[in-house]
Amino acid sequence: MRQFIEYDIIRYTATVFRYLVIEGITPMRKIYIKEEVCIGCGLCEVYCQLQHSSVRDLIKTFKKRLPRPLPRVRVETKGNVSFSVRCRNCDEPACAYACLTGAITRNPETRMITVDEEKCIGCCTCMMVCPLGAIKQDKEHKKMLKCDFCHGEEIPACVANCPNEALFCLELDDALTDVKMRIPSPVSQAV
Amino acid sequence: MKKTERIKYLIIGNSAGGIGAAEAIREVDKNGTIIIVSDEPYPAYSRPLISDYLSGKRSIEKMNYRPFDFYEKNSISTILGEKVNRVDFKNNTVTFSNGHILTWEKLLIATGGTPIVPPMDGKEARGVFTFTTLGDARAIDEYLNQKTGANAVVIGGGLIGVSVTESLLKRGVKVSIIEMKDRVLNIILDEITSAMEDKAIRASGAEIITGHTVTKINSNSRGEVESVTLDDGKTIPCSIVIISIGIRPRLELVQNSEIKINRGIVVNMHMETSIPNVYACGDAAEAYDFIYRENRLTPIWPNAYLGGRIAGLNMSGKTAEYPGGTALNAIKYFGVYIVSAGMAASPDSTYEEVVANGESSYKKLILKEGFITGMVFSGDVDRAGIIYNLMKDRLYVNSFKNDLVTENFGLLSLPEKIWRNRLATSPLESDSSKSSVSPC
Repeated sequence: MRQFIEYDIIRYTATVFRYLVIEGITPMRKIYIKEEVCIGCGLCEVYCQLQHSSVRDLIKTFKKRLPRPLPRVRVETKGNVSFSVRCRNCDEPACAYACLTGAITRNPETRMITVDEEKCIGCCTCMMVCPLGAIKQDKEHKKMLKCDFCHGEEIPACVANCPNEALFCLELDDALTDVKMRIPSPVSQAV
Repeated sequence: MKKTERIKYLIIGNSAGGIGAAEAIREVDKNGTIIIVSDEPYPAYSRPLISDYLSGKRSIEKMNYRPFDFYEKNSISTILGEKVNRVDFKNNTVTFSNGHILTWEKLLIATGGTPIVPPMDGKEARGVFTFTTLGDARAIDEYLNQKTGANAVVIGGGLIGVSVTESLLKRGVKVSIIEMKDRVLNIILDEITSAMEDKAIRASGAEIITGHTVTKINSNSRGEVESVTLDDGKTIPCSIVIISIGIRPRLELVQNSEIKINRGIVVNMHMETSIPNVYACGDAAEAYDFIYRENRLTPIWPNAYLGGRIAGLNMSGKTAEYPGGTALNAIKYFGVYIVSAGMAASPDSTYEEVVANGESSYKKLILKEGFITGMVFSGDVDRAGIIYNLMKDRLYVNSFKNDLVTENFGLLSLPEKIWRNRLATSPLESDSSKSSVSPC
C-alpha cells in the first residue's frame, strides 16, 4: 500500500504535522480511497447504515426497522469511474464556521469534526457550505448527519467491508515514516 | 477616570463574530489578554434559537453557542451586561456607561445589527416588540404569559417575521403578518419558493396581508396595544405587535468618528477598518460579497463567524484574507425546506436561469455569462453545497450547467478537473505504480 502514498499524503501529512508540532495534539486518521479498484458496489453505504442502526443485523436493519438509517457515505458512479465520498474533516471546516447553534465543532482529541445532536437543529446551513456535499439531512429526526468514523472504531465499517480493499485507513505515523524527508514547509493558509 | 487597564485584544460583541475572533486569536496567541464586552448579560448564545425559546421548545441553557467552560478554558475575560458608551480611536480607549475605561491594542467591533423601527404613531405602546435578541424573546414570553387568547400582528414578512410567526403559532397565538411587498420572504426567496412558504404559513393558521403597511399602532387606556391601522384604513385588533421590518448595522459607537462608514463599517480583505488596529465584522460591517464583487452588507451568522475569524487571525499577527461572503439562507419554517444563496431572483434579462421542477423538489440556478450568481433549492437540498462552492470559487459552469439541477447530481456531474480538485486527488495514470489515492 505504501507505494501509493504520493503527493496527496505529503500534503495531508504536512498539515497534520503542523498540529503535531505546534499543538502537541494526537493527529487524526483519515480514510483513503483507491479509485482504480472501486467498483461502485455500494457496500460501504450498506455497512455504514448497519453501523448506525440500533440493531447490528442486516436483515433487521433493512427489512424490519423502517425507516432505515441513512448512510453517511455516498457512492458516486459515472461510466467506469466510481468512488465513495465522506467528510474529510477539512483543516478549515466551513461547516463548523457556518453552524448556527455551535453544534459542529472539532473534537480536540481526535481532530474530527463532530455534530452534537442535542444542539443540531437540522437547519442545513452546514450542508450548504460543504464543498463535497458530505453532510446529509435526516428529515425524520431533523438532524444533520456526517461520517463519525464509526465512533472511534479501530477500522470504520466502510473500510472493513470494502470487498476490493478500495478503502483503507491511514495513521499519521505510517505516512510520516514514508515521507518525513519530503515534508514541505507547513502551509499557512487561512481559509 | 476610574481605572485603566491595557488590553491586548478588546472585542465588542459576544456573538458569532466576537467568538470567531476570540477562537482565532487563541489559535495564534495563547497568552495575550482578550476581553469580550457585550451589553447583553448572557454567555454567547445561538441567536437563531430565540424562536425555539419563545415557542417553549428550548431553555436558555440549551441555547449556549459554546460549552459552559469556553471562556475559562480559553482565558477570555468577559464584561457582560455593560454598555460601551464611547470609543476613542486616538488614545485607544473605550469608556463604559459606568465610567470605567479600558485601553486596547487591537479592537474588534462586532456589535451586530439593530432592528429597524420606522417612525410610526403608537410604537411606544406596551406590547410592541422587536425580535432579534434573547432579551426580546424573554420580554415577549413574559408579556404573553399575562395574556390569554392573544393575537399578534407581525409587521414585516421577512426571516425574522416568519420565524416569530412560527413560534407564536406554536404557543397558540393567532398571527397576522403584514408585508409591504407582494410576497413573504421576498429578499431571500424567488416567487415560486415564496409561494410555497406562503401556502405553508396560511395552512398553519396565520393570516398574511401583502401590499400593505401599518401606519398606526393603537393602544387602550392602560397604554397597551389593542389594534393596528393599515394604510388602507383597515383596523386589525391585536394584543401584541412584533416589528420585524429588518435590521441595520449597529453603529452608535462609530457614528461620529473618523472611521469609514458606508451602510456599515467598511473593512478591507483583512477585516480591518480605515483605522489601523481597528477591525470590524458581522452585521455591523460591510465586507466583500463574492457575488456582487464589492463590499456589501450580508448580515448572516456564517459570514459573521468567518469575518470574525479572519479579523482575529490578523489581529494576532497572522495574515489571512476574507474569501468573501454572500447571502446564504437555509430555512425550514413550517416544514418547508428551502435553501438559497447569492441572488434569489435575476436582476435583469442579462441573467440566465436554469430550472428543474421535480415531483417534490425545485431547483433554480441563476447564471451570468456562465458563472453562477444565485441558487434556490427546495425539497431535495442534499449536496447543494457542491453548487454553492462552484459559485463561491467562481468556476465557469456553462458547459455542464444543466447537469447541476438533475436529481442524481454529484461530484461526478462536474468536469474531472474540478472533482479531482475537490477530492484533492490526481488523475489515474496507466502506470499502475502511480495510482491515485484520495482522502475522502
